[in-house]
Amino acid sequence: MQPLEEVSVLISGAAGQGIQTVEQVLTAIVKDSDLYVFATKEYMSRVRGGNNSTTLRISCKPVYANIDRVDLLLVLNENAIERHRWRMTPSTIVLGEEKFVRDEPNHVVVEFSKLAESFGNKIYANSVAIGVLAGIMNLDVEAVSKNIERYFSGKSKQLVDANVSSALKGYEIGRSLGLKLELRRCEEVKGKRLLNGSLAVALGAVAGGCNFVSSYPMSPSTAVFTELAKLAREHGIIVEQAEDEIAAANMVIAAWYAGARGLVTTSGGGFALMCEAISLAGMIETPIVVHLGQRPGPATGLPTRTEQADLNLVLYAGHGEFPRVVYAPGSIEEAYELTARAFNVADKFQIPVFVLTDQYLLDSYYLVGELKSVPVERYIVKTDSNYRRYEVTEDGISPRGIPGYGEGLVRVDSDEHDEFGHITESALVRRTMVEKRLKKMKKIIEESVPPKFSGPDDYETLIVSWGSTYLIVEEALKLLNEPRIAHLHFSQVYPVPPVARTYFERARRTIFIEQNATGQFANLIKQTFCIDTSEKILKYDGFPYSVEQIVKAVREKLGV
Amino acid sequence: MFRPEDYDIPNTDIAWCPGCGNFGIIRALKTALAQLNIPPQKVVIVSGIGQAAKTPQYVKAHMFNGLHGRSLPAAVAIKMVNPELVVIAESGDGCTYGEGGNHFIHTIRRNPDITNIVHNNQIYGLTKGQASPTTPRGQVTTLQIDGVYVDPFNPIAVAVALDASFVARTFSGYLDLTIEIFKQAIQHRGYALVDVFQPCVSFNKVNTYEWYRQNTYILPDSYDPTDRELAFKVASETGKFALGIIYKNPNKPIFEEQLIPYRNDKTPVALRGLEV
Repeated sequence: MQPLEEVSVLISGAAGQGIQTVEQVLTAIVKDSDLYVFATKEYMSRVRGGNNSTTLRISCKPVYANIDRVDLLLVLNENAIERHRWRMTPSTIVLGEEKFVRDEPNHVVVEFSKLAESFGNKIYANSVAIGVLAGIMNLDVEAVSKNIERYFSGKSKQLVDANVSSALKGYEIGRSLGLKLELRRCEEVKGKRLLNGSLAVALGAVAGGCNFVSSYPMSPSTAVFTELAKLAREHGIIVEQAEDEIAAANMVIAAWYAGARGLVTTSGGGFALMCEAISLAGMIETPIVVHLGQRPGPATGLPTRTEQADLNLVLYAGHGEFPRVVYAPGSIEEAYELTARAFNVADKFQIPVFVLTDQYLLDSYYLVGELKSVPVERYIVKTDSNYRRYEVTEDGISPRGIPGYGEGLVRVDSDEHDEFGHITESALVRRTMVEKRLKKMKKIIEESVPPKFSGPDDYETLIVSWGSTYLIVEEALKLLNEPRIAHLHFSQVYPVPPVARTYFERARRTIFIEQNATGQFANLIKQTFCIDTSEKILKYDGFPYSVEQIVKAVREKLGV
Repeated sequence: MFRPEDYDIPNTDIAWCPGCGNFGIIRALKTALAQLNIPPQKVVIVSGIGQAAKTPQYVKAHMFNGLHGRSLPAAVAIKMVNPELVVIAESGDGCTYGEGGNHFIHTIRRNPDITNIVHNNQIYGLTKGQASPTTPRGQVTTLQIDGVYVDPFNPIAVAVALDASFVARTFSGYLDLTIEIFKQAIQHRGYALVDVFQPCVSFNKVNTYEWYRQNTYILPDSYDPTDRELAFKVASETGKFALGIIYKNPNKPIFEEQLIPYRNDKTPVALRGLEV
């Protein structure tokens, strides 16, 4: 039998049925079977019922992006098929209990619950399902027992054994179904690591020297908070669940003031409450790093879904004028690297730095290579008795002292202040201080992360993306294989790196791809370079783009 | 030994009205710090916004003058990151009990080793005379033109209800009492609330120096501040307001001491990795 290159598995059922367990265990089994995997989930804002799903692309080649196509649909409740029918092809195999799948032409019946009951309890159904899927794809049987054991390691031996036996029974059944969904293995996977966006941001924070995190839980940013809590013992991190977002942001700023490296992780609605604190950071020139996991707004919006519509919020958050930096990672690797970098940049320039992700990036897994180590750059000085916190310097950056380190007094004031931090209403001092703060922008721009370019140098059409859509667009353009299309992706969205101008000037046509309704980044580019940015491909239904959707949208735009 | 003048900032233009109750508080604070022999380099005064919040502008120490209502989260974070610092959160009744009400509740729950001095003049001074959370029912102001028609916030009763570890009230007209209470509050291990009556001579014509003298009484030496039921009774009194240490629970765990990074290493997180 000729092994396949890729299988796309969709697992769909009600909230509370354990789809995330299946996702977590199965991705690990796939990896341990020397196969690449990409997994992403979508879920409703409810704890039980409804319909949630996770899509796994399993492949002998690297896979990094969301697709619509489903080769194998595992059905766990009655409304699963209808919700995903649009993604099915004539050859999609539908797997499930008879009552759910019997009307489908390509159905395969496996009575998960009954099998689970034979091991004592129908709660083992997920382990049966994991086993069946692993069997169908001929994944490593050792990896099945190992990962089931690991997942349930905190439970009783009896429960672990029952789950392992259920999974192995499932595996046997999967092997016997006669489905030809086997994949060629790939040795190079051994050296890679399975990571999702949330853990990447948390690990990036640790790499950036983060030792303080205070936040208020809000989907989809909470996972970063919980991952940091898990890392707290090993890395000496202070973790505090604040009473509200306002407290969280003020705590993180004060923590930096006192000498820590702090992170706040939130989403649009929570960040809206922090805007005044961002101005405080701007005025007192105290660093803050904010991770904002975007979800659709306004207000509560679609709490568990994805969007790229908070760019304007972070660009304009806060009253008054002060510099800031906004990163929008395009990949899991960048989520790690740019979060780490955010700490150094915030420290160096004493400004707010934002890491703008979204539900899609945070909740997606794939295999990454070794994570680069990032040197922790600290810019704290030991103060002397003449210390002036806001000493006017040529580049606007004053040496930053902290209380209790040196002889000096560190005095910061949210009012306009003189070099000592003392309140003032002098027009001269006001002008000097506004200019001092804004002067930093020159160096900040010099240290920009340039956009990534891919495609032919003699392109006619330039596709522009930012943030989490990067890898979806990359794969789509590869599939399109049009010789005159190139891709420019921004992972630093503000300040817009000046080098970007040359790419726009060389393009005959520029098309922006964004997950919002108004083209917020296109508008920023228009404002920055005074160029026409009217051609846009936009999506704002709460669901991530897929490779197929980008291919279709670009074809329609270009008429190819 | 330090003297109160050692905490002065020379050539300061003080923005308070002549006769303001804040003058008594700042004098008591500098005297208390001097008597406790705490160097300015060890003290961080954190405030929000308002006239009371200007206090750290006039005290030689570290200063974090932040946002309206947010002195407590900032103070707690500073203490978490560097427990060796003496952290004093100092702000007005509007800042602490109004805008910062949620933080007031949750800071008491945490019990960090900080001192919270609240300048309580029962009016909004900086915005020129609107009711504050502690303005009595019926008092007429420029905004509450028919008189305040809600009950005042009772910070002492709320603090006792939440089992705050140190709850005191004083009056800025009584300097010695205020110095003594400040000293005990700073020395107390755990969260210490000191609510200070302080006349606003420009915008509160009711709660004057004379009014506070007549409507307060000092708790007798025989009073037992560890008796929580008694403290509730004193906190709920409707006649004269009690002054002194109203409640104390010295047995509560200190917030920052329980944080993960301090379980095996007492070095402040702020100083780790710096060349000392």
